[in-house]
Amino acid sequence: MIRLTDLHKSFGANRVLAGVTLEVARGESMVIIGGSGTGKSVLLKSILGLVTPDAGRIEIDGQEVAGARMGRAAREAFLARFGMLFQGAALFDSLKVWENVAFRLLHGPGKLSKAEARDRAIDRLRRVGLRPEVADLYPAELSGGMQKRAGLARAIAANPEIIFFDEPTTGLDPIMAGVINELIREIVTEMGATAMTITHDMTSVRAIADRVAMLHGGQIRWTGPVADMDATPDPYVQQFIHGRAEGPIAAVR
Amino acid sequence: MSVTAPLAWLGHLVLSILAETGRVSRFTGATLAALVRPPFYAREFLHALLQIGWLSLPVVGMTALFTGGALALQIYAGGARFSAESVVPSIVAIGMARELGPVLGGLMVAARVASSIAAEIGTMKVTEQVDALVTLSTDPMKYLTVPRVLAATLSMPVLVAVGDSIGIFGGYLVGVNRLDFNGATYIKNTVDFLQFWDVGSGLVKGAVFGFLVALMGCYHGMNSGRGAQGVGRATKSAVVAASVLILAANYLLTEAFFSA
Ligand SMILES: Nc1ncnc2c1ncn2[C@@H]1O[C@H](COP(=O)(O)OP(=O)(O)OP(=O)(O)O)[C@@H](O)[C@H]1O
Ligand SMILES: [Mg+2]
Repeated sequence: MIRLTDLHKSFGANRVLAGVTLEVARGESMVIIGGSGTGKSVLLKSILGLVTPDAGRIEIDGQEVAGARMGRAAREAFLARFGMLFQGAALFDSLKVWENVAFRLLHGPGKLSKAEARDRAIDRLRRVGLRPEVADLYPAELSGGMQKRAGLARAIAANPEIIFFDEPTTGLDPIMAGVINELIREIVTEMGATAMTITHDMTSVRAIADRVAMLHGGQIRWTGPVADMDATPDPYVQQFIHGRAEGPIAAVR
Repeated sequence: MSVTAPLAWLGHLVLSILAETGRVSRFTGATLAALVRPPFYAREFLHALLQIGWLSLPVVGMTALFTGGALALQIYAGGARFSAESVVPSIVAIGMARELGPVLGGLMVAARVASSIAAEIGTMKVTEQVDALVTLSTDPMKYLTVPRVLAATLSMPVLVAVGDSIGIFGGYLVGVNRLDFNGATYIKNTVDFLQFWDVGSGLVKGAVFGFLVALMGCYHGMNSGRGAQGVGRATKSAVVAASVLILAANYLLTEAFFSA
Protein backbone atom coordinates (compact mmCIF):
# COMPACT_ATOMS: atom_id res chain seq x y z
CA MET A 1 0.00 0.00 0.00
CA ILE A 2 1.25 3.43 -0.92
CA ARG A 3 0.40 6.42 1.25
CA LEU A 4 1.50 9.96 0.45
CA THR A 5 0.94 12.63 3.09
CA ASP A 6 1.23 16.35 2.44
CA LEU A 7 3.98 16.08 -0.17
CA HIS A 8 5.66 19.33 -1.24
CA LYS A 9 8.15 19.97 -4.00
CA SER A 10 9.35 23.16 -5.66
CA PHE A 11 11.97 23.71 -8.33
CA GLY A 12 13.27 27.16 -7.50
CA ALA A 13 10.26 29.46 -7.59
CA ASN A 14 8.19 26.86 -9.43
CA ARG A 15 5.88 25.22 -6.88
CA VAL A 16 4.97 21.88 -8.36
CA LEU A 17 3.57 19.79 -5.51
CA ALA A 18 1.87 21.75 -2.75
CA GLY A 19 0.52 19.21 -0.29
CA VAL A 20 -0.35 16.03 -2.14
CA THR A 21 -2.14 13.44 -0.02
CA LEU A 22 -3.10 10.17 -1.65
CA GLU A 23 -3.56 6.51 -0.82
CA VAL A 24 -3.28 3.57 -3.16
CA ALA A 25 -4.38 0.21 -1.81
CA ARG A 26 -2.51 -3.01 -2.53
CA GLY A 27 -3.59 -4.58 -5.81
CA GLU A 28 -5.37 -1.45 -6.90
CA SER A 29 -4.98 0.38 -10.18
CA MET A 30 -4.80 4.10 -9.57
CA VAL A 31 -4.83 6.48 -12.52
CA ILE A 32 -3.55 10.02 -12.15
CA ILE A 33 -4.94 12.61 -14.49
CA GLY A 34 -4.23 16.30 -14.69
CA GLY A 35 -3.07 19.04 -17.00
CA SER A 36 0.32 19.08 -18.65
CA GLY A 37 3.02 20.30 -16.27
CA THR A 38 1.01 19.84 -13.08
CA GLY A 39 3.65 17.55 -11.63
CA LYS A 40 2.34 14.05 -12.31
CA SER A 41 5.74 12.74 -13.37
CA VAL A 42 7.39 14.53 -10.45
CA LEU A 43 4.93 12.78 -8.13
CA LEU A 44 5.90 9.30 -9.33
CA LYS A 45 9.60 10.17 -9.25
CA SER A 46 9.28 11.40 -5.67
CA ILE A 47 7.93 8.04 -4.58
CA LEU A 48 10.90 6.30 -6.18
CA GLY A 49 13.35 8.73 -4.60
CA LEU A 50 14.52 10.09 -7.96
CA VAL A 51 13.26 13.50 -6.87
CA THR A 52 13.68 14.50 -3.23
CA PRO A 53 10.50 16.10 -1.88
CA ASP A 54 10.89 19.27 0.19
CA ALA A 55 8.41 18.06 2.79
CA GLY A 56 5.88 15.30 3.40
CA ARG A 57 5.79 11.58 4.10
CA ILE A 58 5.89 8.67 1.69
CA GLU A 59 5.00 5.29 3.11
CA ILE A 60 5.00 1.90 1.44
CA ASP A 61 3.27 -0.80 3.49
CA GLY A 62 3.35 1.49 6.49
CA GLN A 63 7.11 1.99 6.28
CA GLU A 64 8.43 5.44 5.59
CA VAL A 65 10.75 5.65 2.62
CA ALA A 66 13.12 8.56 2.35
CA GLY A 67 15.43 8.41 -0.66
CA ALA A 68 18.83 9.46 0.65
CA ARG A 69 18.36 8.64 4.32
CA MET A 70 17.62 4.98 3.67
CA GLY A 71 20.50 2.54 3.89
CA ARG A 72 21.85 1.12 0.67
CA ALA A 73 20.53 -2.39 1.24
CA ALA A 74 17.09 -1.15 2.28
CA ARG A 75 16.94 1.06 -0.78
CA GLU A 76 17.88 -1.78 -3.11
CA ALA A 77 15.27 -4.04 -1.56
CA PHE A 78 12.75 -1.22 -1.94
CA LEU A 79 13.56 -0.61 -5.61
CA ALA A 80 13.53 -4.32 -6.39
CA ARG A 81 9.76 -4.28 -5.82
CA PHE A 82 9.18 -1.58 -8.42
CA GLY A 83 8.90 -1.32 -12.16
CA MET A 84 8.74 2.02 -13.90
CA LEU A 85 7.90 3.05 -17.43
CA PHE A 86 9.30 6.51 -18.02
CA GLN A 87 7.43 9.08 -20.06
CA GLY A 88 10.26 9.15 -22.62
CA ALA A 89 10.82 5.36 -22.40
CA ALA A 90 14.42 6.00 -21.21
CA LEU A 91 15.82 2.90 -22.93
CA PHE A 92 19.61 2.57 -22.69
CA ASP A 93 20.79 3.35 -26.19
CA SER A 94 24.06 1.47 -25.81
CA LEU A 95 22.21 -1.81 -25.25
CA LYS A 96 20.08 -3.91 -27.58
CA VAL A 97 16.34 -3.95 -27.01
CA TRP A 98 16.35 -7.38 -25.36
CA GLU A 99 19.23 -6.40 -23.08
CA ASN A 100 17.19 -3.39 -22.06
CA VAL A 101 14.14 -5.47 -21.31
CA ALA A 102 16.17 -8.07 -19.44
CA PHE A 103 18.38 -5.53 -17.63
CA ARG A 104 17.23 -6.42 -14.13
CA LEU A 105 17.39 -10.13 -14.95
CA LEU A 106 20.98 -9.83 -16.18
CA HIS A 107 22.25 -7.85 -13.20
CA GLY A 108 21.78 -7.89 -9.49
CA PRO A 109 20.62 -10.63 -7.17
CA GLY A 110 18.84 -13.69 -8.55
CA LYS A 111 20.11 -13.11 -12.03
CA LEU A 112 19.24 -15.49 -14.82
CA SER A 113 21.51 -17.01 -17.43
CA LYS A 114 21.81 -15.07 -20.64
CA ALA A 115 19.64 -17.50 -22.59
CA GLU A 116 16.89 -17.53 -19.96
CA ALA A 117 16.94 -13.76 -19.68
CA ARG A 118 16.69 -13.45 -23.42
CA ASP A 119 13.74 -15.82 -23.58
CA ARG A 120 11.99 -13.86 -20.86
CA ALA A 121 12.70 -10.60 -22.70
CA ILE A 122 11.28 -11.95 -25.94
CA ASP A 123 8.17 -13.13 -24.11
CA ARG A 124 7.67 -9.68 -22.57
CA LEU A 125 8.20 -8.04 -25.94
CA ARG A 126 5.53 -10.27 -27.40
CA ARG A 127 3.14 -9.26 -24.64
CA VAL A 128 3.52 -5.61 -25.58
CA GLY A 129 3.01 -6.43 -29.25
CA LEU A 130 6.62 -6.41 -30.45
CA ARG A 131 7.94 -9.20 -32.63
CA PRO A 132 11.05 -11.22 -31.65
CA GLU A 133 13.07 -9.60 -34.49
CA VAL A 134 12.95 -6.35 -32.55
CA ALA A 135 14.98 -7.94 -29.74
CA ASP A 136 18.28 -7.53 -31.53
CA LEU A 137 17.79 -3.96 -32.67
CA TYR A 138 19.07 -0.92 -30.81
CA PRO A 139 16.51 1.49 -29.29
CA ALA A 140 17.44 4.23 -31.79
CA GLU A 141 16.20 1.93 -34.58
CA LEU A 142 12.68 1.78 -33.14
CA SER A 143 9.80 4.18 -33.68
CA GLY A 144 8.62 6.28 -30.73
CA GLY A 145 5.67 4.01 -30.04
CA MET A 146 7.84 0.90 -30.27
CA GLN A 147 10.30 2.42 -27.79
CA LYS A 148 7.44 3.12 -25.44
CA ARG A 149 6.33 -0.50 -25.60
CA ALA A 150 9.88 -1.78 -25.13
CA GLY A 151 10.07 0.46 -22.05
CA LEU A 152 6.85 -1.12 -20.84
CA ALA A 153 8.28 -4.58 -21.40
CA ARG A 154 11.32 -3.60 -19.32
CA ALA A 155 9.10 -2.29 -16.52
CA ILE A 156 7.23 -5.59 -16.20
CA ALA A 157 10.11 -7.97 -16.97
CA ALA A 158 10.91 -8.91 -13.39
CA ASN A 159 7.26 -9.21 -12.26
CA PRO A 160 7.36 -6.23 -9.89
CA GLU A 161 4.76 -5.81 -7.15
CA ILE A 162 4.32 -2.11 -7.77
CA ILE A 163 4.38 -0.64 -11.26
CA PHE A 164 4.36 2.97 -12.37
CA PHE A 165 3.37 3.77 -15.92
CA ASP A 166 4.02 7.31 -17.11
CA GLU A 167 1.75 7.79 -20.13
CA PRO A 168 1.86 4.21 -21.44
CA THR A 169 -0.35 4.82 -24.46
CA THR A 170 0.84 8.23 -25.62
CA GLY A 171 2.08 7.96 -29.18
CA LEU A 172 0.44 4.60 -29.88
CA ASP A 173 -2.21 3.91 -32.50
CA PRO A 174 -5.70 3.23 -31.05
CA ILE A 175 -5.46 -0.53 -31.53
CA MET A 176 -2.07 -0.79 -29.88
CA ALA A 177 -3.31 1.51 -27.11
CA GLY A 178 -6.15 -0.95 -26.56
CA VAL A 179 -3.67 -3.83 -26.34
CA ILE A 180 -1.59 -1.97 -23.77
CA ASN A 181 -4.63 -1.02 -21.71
CA GLU A 182 -5.64 -4.66 -21.59
CA LEU A 183 -2.14 -5.68 -20.61
CA ILE A 184 -2.03 -3.23 -17.72
CA ARG A 185 -5.44 -4.39 -16.54
CA GLU A 186 -4.23 -7.99 -16.78
CA ILE A 187 -1.10 -7.29 -14.76
CA VAL A 188 -3.21 -5.81 -11.98
CA THR A 189 -5.97 -8.41 -11.90
CA GLU A 190 -3.97 -11.56 -12.65
CA MET A 191 -0.63 -10.80 -11.05
CA GLY A 192 -2.10 -8.75 -8.21
CA ALA A 193 0.29 -5.87 -8.81
CA THR A 194 -0.37 -2.36 -7.57
CA ALA A 195 -0.27 0.13 -10.42
CA MET A 196 -0.11 3.90 -10.69
CA THR A 197 -0.66 5.13 -14.21
CA ILE A 198 -0.45 8.64 -15.56
CA THR A 199 -2.48 9.22 -18.68
CA HIS A 200 -4.24 11.92 -20.67
CA ASP A 201 -6.26 9.41 -22.61
CA MET A 202 -9.79 9.09 -21.20
CA THR A 203 -10.37 5.75 -22.95
CA SER A 204 -7.33 4.48 -21.13
CA VAL A 205 -8.57 5.83 -17.82
CA ARG A 206 -11.82 3.92 -18.16
CA ALA A 207 -10.04 0.75 -19.26
CA ILE A 208 -7.32 0.71 -16.61
CA ALA A 209 -8.52 2.46 -13.49
CA ASP A 210 -10.03 1.18 -10.28
CA ARG A 211 -9.67 4.65 -8.85
CA VAL A 212 -8.84 8.00 -10.39
CA ALA A 213 -7.08 10.98 -8.85
CA MET A 214 -6.89 14.37 -10.45
CA LEU A 215 -3.86 16.54 -9.76
CA HIS A 216 -4.36 20.26 -10.08
CA GLY A 217 -2.62 23.24 -8.52
CA GLY A 218 -0.15 20.99 -6.75
CA GLN A 219 -2.85 19.06 -4.87
CA ILE A 220 -5.20 16.16 -5.42
CA ARG A 221 -8.28 17.98 -6.62
CA TRP A 222 -10.54 14.94 -6.69
CA THR A 223 -10.18 11.23 -6.11
CA GLY A 224 -12.69 8.41 -6.26
CA PRO A 225 -13.69 5.20 -8.01
CA VAL A 226 -13.66 5.41 -11.77
CA ALA A 227 -17.43 4.73 -11.80
CA ASP A 228 -18.03 7.98 -9.90
CA MET A 229 -15.89 10.06 -12.21
CA ASP A 230 -18.61 10.94 -14.70
CA ALA A 231 -21.14 11.80 -12.02
CA THR A 232 -18.91 14.04 -9.91
CA PRO A 233 -20.04 17.65 -9.89
CA ASP A 234 -16.44 18.84 -9.57
CA PRO A 235 -16.08 21.38 -12.39
CA TYR A 236 -12.34 20.71 -12.78
CA VAL A 237 -12.86 17.01 -13.35
CA GLN A 238 -15.79 17.66 -15.65
CA GLN A 239 -13.81 20.11 -17.75
CA PHE A 240 -10.87 17.69 -17.94
CA ILE A 241 -12.78 14.55 -18.90
CA HIS A 242 -14.82 16.34 -21.50
CA GLY A 243 -11.88 18.31 -22.84
CA ARG A 244 -13.62 21.67 -22.76
CA ALA A 245 -11.63 24.82 -23.43
CA GLU A 246 -13.97 26.80 -21.17
CA GLY A 247 -13.99 26.17 -17.43
CA PRO A 248 -12.14 26.68 -14.17
CA ILE A 249 -8.86 25.31 -15.56
CA ALA A 250 -7.49 28.29 -17.43
CA ALA A 251 -5.93 27.50 -20.76
CA VAL A 252 -3.27 30.10 -21.41
CA ARG A 253 -3.63 31.54 -24.88
CA MET B 1 27.06 51.38 -8.55
CA SER B 2 28.43 51.26 -5.02
CA VAL B 3 32.09 50.81 -4.24
CA THR B 4 31.44 47.46 -2.64
CA ALA B 5 30.05 45.93 -5.83
CA PRO B 6 33.38 44.54 -7.06
CA LEU B 7 34.00 43.12 -3.61
CA ALA B 8 30.62 41.43 -3.59
CA TRP B 9 31.33 40.05 -7.03
CA LEU B 10 34.70 38.72 -5.87
CA GLY B 11 33.02 37.19 -2.84
CA HIS B 12 30.49 35.40 -5.00
CA LEU B 13 33.22 34.13 -7.28
CA VAL B 14 35.27 32.74 -4.39
CA LEU B 15 32.20 31.14 -2.85
CA SER B 16 31.14 29.48 -6.07
CA ILE B 17 34.66 28.16 -6.67
CA LEU B 18 34.71 26.73 -3.14
CA ALA B 19 31.28 25.19 -3.60
CA GLU B 20 32.31 23.59 -6.90
CA THR B 21 35.50 22.26 -5.32
CA GLY B 22 33.40 20.74 -2.58
CA ARG B 23 31.06 19.09 -5.07
CA VAL B 24 33.94 17.71 -7.14
CA SER B 25 35.61 16.36 -3.99
CA ARG B 26 32.39 14.66 -2.94
CA PHE B 27 32.02 13.17 -6.41
CA THR B 28 35.63 11.93 -6.29
CA GLY B 29 34.99 10.37 -2.89
CA ALA B 30 31.84 8.68 -4.17
CA THR B 31 33.75 7.38 -7.20
CA LEU B 32 36.49 5.87 -5.06
CA ALA B 33 33.93 4.36 -2.68
CA ALA B 34 32.04 2.85 -5.61
CA LEU B 35 35.32 1.50 -7.01
CA VAL B 36 35.92 -0.79 -4.06
CA ARG B 37 32.35 -1.99 -3.54
CA PRO B 38 30.93 -4.83 -5.64
CA PRO B 39 29.45 -5.41 -8.13
CA PHE B 40 31.95 -4.65 -10.83
CA TYR B 41 30.59 -4.26 -14.36
CA ALA B 42 33.26 -6.00 -16.43
CA ARG B 43 31.49 -5.55 -19.74
CA GLU B 44 31.20 -1.81 -19.25
CA PHE B 45 34.85 -1.70 -18.25
CA LEU B 46 36.02 -3.51 -21.39
CA HIS B 47 33.88 -1.27 -23.53
CA ALA B 48 35.40 1.81 -21.86
CA LEU B 49 38.88 0.38 -22.32
CA LEU B 50 38.23 0.05 -26.04
CA GLN B 51 36.72 3.52 -26.36
CA ILE B 52 39.20 5.37 -24.20
CA GLY B 53 42.41 3.42 -24.67
CA TRP B 54 42.48 1.68 -28.00
CA LEU B 55 40.60 4.26 -30.04
CA SER B 56 42.74 7.11 -28.67
CA LEU B 57 45.90 5.53 -30.08
CA PRO B 58 45.79 7.26 -33.50
CA VAL B 59 45.29 10.72 -32.01
CA VAL B 60 47.99 10.29 -29.39
CA GLY B 61 50.35 8.73 -31.93
CA MET B 62 49.95 11.53 -34.48
CA THR B 63 50.39 14.18 -31.80
CA ALA B 64 53.57 12.55 -30.55
CA LEU B 65 55.02 12.00 -34.03
CA PHE B 66 54.74 15.63 -35.08
CA THR B 67 55.77 16.94 -31.69
CA GLY B 68 58.89 14.77 -31.62
CA GLY B 69 59.84 15.98 -35.10
CA ALA B 70 59.33 19.65 -34.26
CA LEU B 71 61.19 19.22 -30.99
CA ALA B 72 64.23 17.82 -32.82
CA LEU B 73 64.28 20.83 -35.15
CA GLN B 74 63.96 23.33 -32.29
CA ILE B 75 66.59 21.70 -30.11
CA TYR B 76 68.94 21.48 -33.04
CA ALA B 77 68.49 25.20 -33.71
CA GLY B 78 68.89 26.02 -30.02
CA GLY B 79 71.81 23.65 -29.56
CA ALA B 80 73.61 25.18 -32.56
CA ARG B 81 73.98 28.42 -30.61
CA PHE B 82 76.26 26.58 -28.17
CA SER B 83 77.66 24.21 -30.79
CA ALA B 84 75.91 21.47 -28.87
CA GLU B 85 73.84 19.94 -31.67
CA SER B 86 74.68 16.48 -30.39
CA VAL B 87 72.26 16.87 -27.45
CA VAL B 88 69.28 16.54 -29.81
CA PRO B 89 68.58 12.81 -29.24
CA SER B 90 68.77 12.89 -25.45
CA ILE B 91 66.81 16.14 -25.02
CA VAL B 92 64.10 14.94 -27.40
CA ALA B 93 63.81 11.73 -25.41
CA ILE B 94 63.77 13.46 -22.02
CA GLY B 95 61.35 16.14 -23.22
CA MET B 96 58.95 13.60 -24.65
CA ALA B 97 59.09 11.18 -21.73
CA ARG B 98 58.93 13.71 -18.90
CA GLU B 99 56.67 16.42 -20.28
CA LEU B 100 55.30 16.37 -23.78
CA GLY B 101 54.25 12.73 -23.96
CA PRO B 102 52.03 12.85 -20.88
CA VAL B 103 50.89 16.47 -21.21
CA LEU B 104 50.06 16.57 -24.90
CA GLY B 105 48.71 13.03 -24.79
CA GLY B 106 46.61 14.00 -21.79
CA LEU B 107 45.26 17.10 -23.51
CA MET B 108 44.39 15.19 -26.66
CA VAL B 109 42.64 12.52 -24.62
CA ALA B 110 40.87 15.27 -22.68
CA ALA B 111 39.53 16.67 -25.93
CA ARG B 112 38.51 13.28 -27.22
CA VAL B 113 37.39 11.41 -24.14
CA ALA B 114 36.22 13.97 -21.56
CA SER B 115 33.91 15.42 -24.20
CA SER B 116 32.49 12.10 -25.31
CA ILE B 117 31.99 10.85 -21.75
CA ALA B 118 30.27 14.08 -20.72
CA ALA B 119 28.06 14.09 -23.80
CA GLU B 120 27.10 10.43 -23.39
CA ILE B 121 26.37 10.55 -19.67
CA GLY B 122 24.77 14.00 -20.01
CA THR B 123 22.42 12.67 -22.67
CA MET B 124 21.61 9.68 -20.48
CA LYS B 125 20.88 12.09 -17.66
CA VAL B 126 18.53 14.33 -19.64
CA THR B 127 16.71 11.42 -21.27
CA GLU B 128 16.15 9.86 -17.81
CA GLN B 129 18.34 6.85 -18.57
CA VAL B 130 20.29 7.55 -15.37
CA ASP B 131 17.00 7.57 -13.44
CA ALA B 132 16.04 4.35 -15.18
CA LEU B 133 19.29 2.75 -14.01
CA VAL B 134 18.44 3.67 -10.43
CA THR B 135 14.96 2.17 -10.69
CA LEU B 136 16.57 -1.02 -11.98
CA SER B 137 18.58 -1.21 -8.73
CA THR B 138 21.82 -0.24 -10.45
CA ASP B 139 24.08 2.44 -8.99
CA PRO B 140 25.00 4.87 -11.81
CA MET B 141 28.31 5.58 -10.09
CA LYS B 142 29.21 1.91 -10.33
CA TYR B 143 27.72 1.27 -13.74
CA LEU B 144 28.78 4.48 -15.53
CA THR B 145 31.53 6.27 -13.61
CA VAL B 146 33.73 3.51 -12.22
CA PRO B 147 34.34 1.64 -15.51
CA ARG B 148 35.26 4.84 -17.33
CA VAL B 149 37.50 6.25 -14.62
CA LEU B 150 39.26 2.93 -14.15
CA ALA B 151 39.71 2.40 -17.90
CA ALA B 152 41.14 5.90 -18.38
CA THR B 153 43.49 5.61 -15.40
CA LEU B 154 44.83 2.27 -16.58
CA SER B 155 45.07 2.99 -20.28
CA MET B 156 46.63 6.47 -20.15
CA PRO B 157 50.06 5.19 -19.01
CA VAL B 158 50.04 2.78 -21.94
CA LEU B 159 49.05 5.59 -24.30
CA VAL B 160 51.84 7.73 -22.87
CA ALA B 161 54.36 4.93 -23.35
CA VAL B 162 53.28 4.51 -26.96
CA GLY B 163 53.33 8.29 -27.43
CA ASP B 164 56.84 8.54 -25.98
CA SER B 165 58.12 5.90 -28.37
CA ILE B 166 56.46 7.44 -31.39
CA GLY B 167 57.65 10.92 -30.37
CA ILE B 168 61.20 9.72 -30.05
CA PHE B 169 60.83 8.00 -33.40
CA GLY B 170 59.59 11.31 -34.87
CA GLY B 171 62.72 12.98 -33.54
CA TYR B 172 64.79 10.20 -35.04
CA LEU B 173 63.18 10.61 -38.47
CA VAL B 174 63.87 14.32 -38.50
CA GLY B 175 67.33 13.87 -36.98
CA VAL B 176 68.45 11.33 -39.53
CA ASN B 177 66.72 12.73 -42.63
CA ARG B 178 66.92 16.46 -42.11
CA LEU B 179 69.74 17.06 -39.63
CA ASP B 180 72.23 14.51 -40.91
CA PHE B 181 72.53 12.50 -37.72
CA ASN B 182 73.85 8.99 -38.00
CA GLY B 183 71.00 6.61 -37.25
CA ALA B 184 72.95 4.32 -34.94
CA THR B 185 74.47 7.22 -33.00
CA TYR B 186 71.05 8.79 -32.59
CA ILE B 187 69.63 5.64 -31.07
CA LYS B 188 72.67 5.09 -28.88
CA ASN B 189 72.48 8.66 -27.52
CA THR B 190 68.79 8.27 -26.81
CA VAL B 191 69.17 5.01 -24.94
CA ASP B 192 72.30 5.97 -23.01
CA PHE B 193 70.97 9.19 -21.57
CA LEU B 194 67.40 8.22 -20.82
CA GLN B 195 66.90 7.11 -17.23
CA PHE B 196 64.17 4.94 -15.87
CA TRP B 197 62.52 7.69 -13.85
CA ASP B 198 62.33 9.97 -16.92
CA VAL B 199 59.91 7.49 -18.39
CA GLY B 200 58.38 6.32 -15.10
CA SER B 201 57.44 9.80 -13.96
CA GLY B 202 55.69 10.38 -17.28
CA LEU B 203 53.69 7.18 -16.87
CA VAL B 204 52.60 8.19 -13.39
CA LYS B 205 51.56 11.58 -14.75
CA GLY B 206 49.62 9.76 -17.45
CA ALA B 207 47.68 7.74 -14.90
CA VAL B 208 46.79 10.88 -12.95
CA PHE B 209 45.74 12.71 -16.13
CA GLY B 210 43.64 9.77 -17.25
CA PHE B 211 41.86 9.75 -13.89
CA LEU B 212 41.21 13.50 -14.13
CA VAL B 213 39.90 13.29 -17.70
CA ALA B 214 37.36 10.56 -16.99
CA LEU B 215 36.40 12.05 -13.64
CA MET B 216 35.64 15.43 -15.23
CA GLY B 217 33.71 13.79 -18.06
CA CYS B 218 31.58 11.82 -15.62
CA TYR B 219 31.13 14.67 -13.14
CA HIS B 220 29.94 17.17 -15.73
CA GLY B 221 27.83 14.57 -17.49
CA MET B 222 26.10 13.52 -14.27
CA ASN B 223 25.43 17.16 -13.42
CA SER B 224 24.33 18.13 -16.90
CA GLY B 225 21.59 20.72 -17.19
CA ARG B 226 18.35 19.89 -18.97
CA GLY B 227 18.00 19.67 -22.73
CA ALA B 228 20.51 19.80 -25.57
CA GLN B 229 21.92 23.08 -24.24
CA GLY B 230 22.59 21.51 -20.88
CA VAL B 231 24.50 18.66 -22.51
CA GLY B 232 26.44 21.10 -24.68
CA ARG B 233 27.46 23.11 -21.65
CA ALA B 234 28.41 19.97 -19.72
CA THR B 235 30.63 18.83 -22.60
CA LYS B 236 32.40 22.16 -22.83
CA SER B 237 32.91 22.36 -19.07
CA ALA B 238 34.30 18.83 -18.98
CA VAL B 239 36.96 19.56 -21.61
CA VAL B 240 37.95 22.90 -20.08
CA ALA B 241 38.09 21.51 -16.54
CA ALA B 242 40.02 18.41 -17.60
CA SER B 243 42.57 20.47 -19.58
CA VAL B 244 43.18 23.00 -16.83
CA LEU B 245 43.43 20.29 -14.19
CA ILE B 246 45.92 18.37 -16.32
CA LEU B 247 48.17 21.40 -16.65
CA ALA B 248 47.91 22.25 -12.96
CA ALA B 249 48.49 18.65 -11.89
CA ASN B 250 51.44 18.46 -14.26
CA TYR B 251 53.10 21.40 -12.55
CA LEU B 252 52.48 19.98 -9.09
CA LEU B 253 53.71 16.51 -10.05
CA THR B 254 56.81 17.95 -11.69
CA GLU B 255 57.53 19.90 -8.51
CA ALA B 256 57.04 16.77 -6.45
CA PHE B 257 59.14 14.52 -8.69
CA PHE B 258 62.01 16.73 -9.77
CA SER B 259 62.48 19.77 -7.56
CA ALA B 260 65.62 19.41 -5.52
N1 LIG C 1 14.37 18.23 -12.73
C1 LIG C 1 13.59 19.32 -12.82
N2 LIG C 1 14.13 20.55 -12.65
C2 LIG C 1 13.37 21.65 -12.72
N3 LIG C 1 12.06 21.65 -12.96
C3 LIG C 1 11.46 20.46 -13.14
C4 LIG C 1 12.19 19.23 -13.08
N4 LIG C 1 11.34 18.21 -13.30
C5 LIG C 1 10.13 18.77 -13.50
N5 LIG C 1 10.19 20.11 -13.40
C6 LIG C 1 9.06 21.04 -13.51
O1 LIG C 1 8.00 20.53 -12.76
C7 LIG C 1 6.77 20.78 -13.41
C8 LIG C 1 5.98 19.49 -13.51
O2 LIG C 1 6.64 18.60 -14.37
P1 LIG C 1 6.11 17.14 -14.68
O3 LIG C 1 7.06 16.53 -15.63
O4 LIG C 1 5.83 16.42 -13.43
O5 LIG C 1 4.73 17.46 -15.40
P2 LIG C 1 3.63 16.42 -15.87
O6 LIG C 1 2.42 16.64 -15.01
O7 LIG C 1 4.19 15.06 -15.90
O8 LIG C 1 3.31 16.95 -17.32
P3 LIG C 1 3.07 16.12 -18.67
O9 LIG C 1 1.67 15.64 -18.62
O10 LIG C 1 3.26 17.14 -19.72
O11 LIG C 1 4.06 15.03 -18.69
C9 LIG C 1 7.10 21.42 -14.73
O12 LIG C 1 6.85 22.80 -14.62
C10 LIG C 1 8.56 21.17 -14.92
O13 LIG C 1 9.16 22.24 -15.58
MG1 LIG D 1 4.87 13.81 -17.26
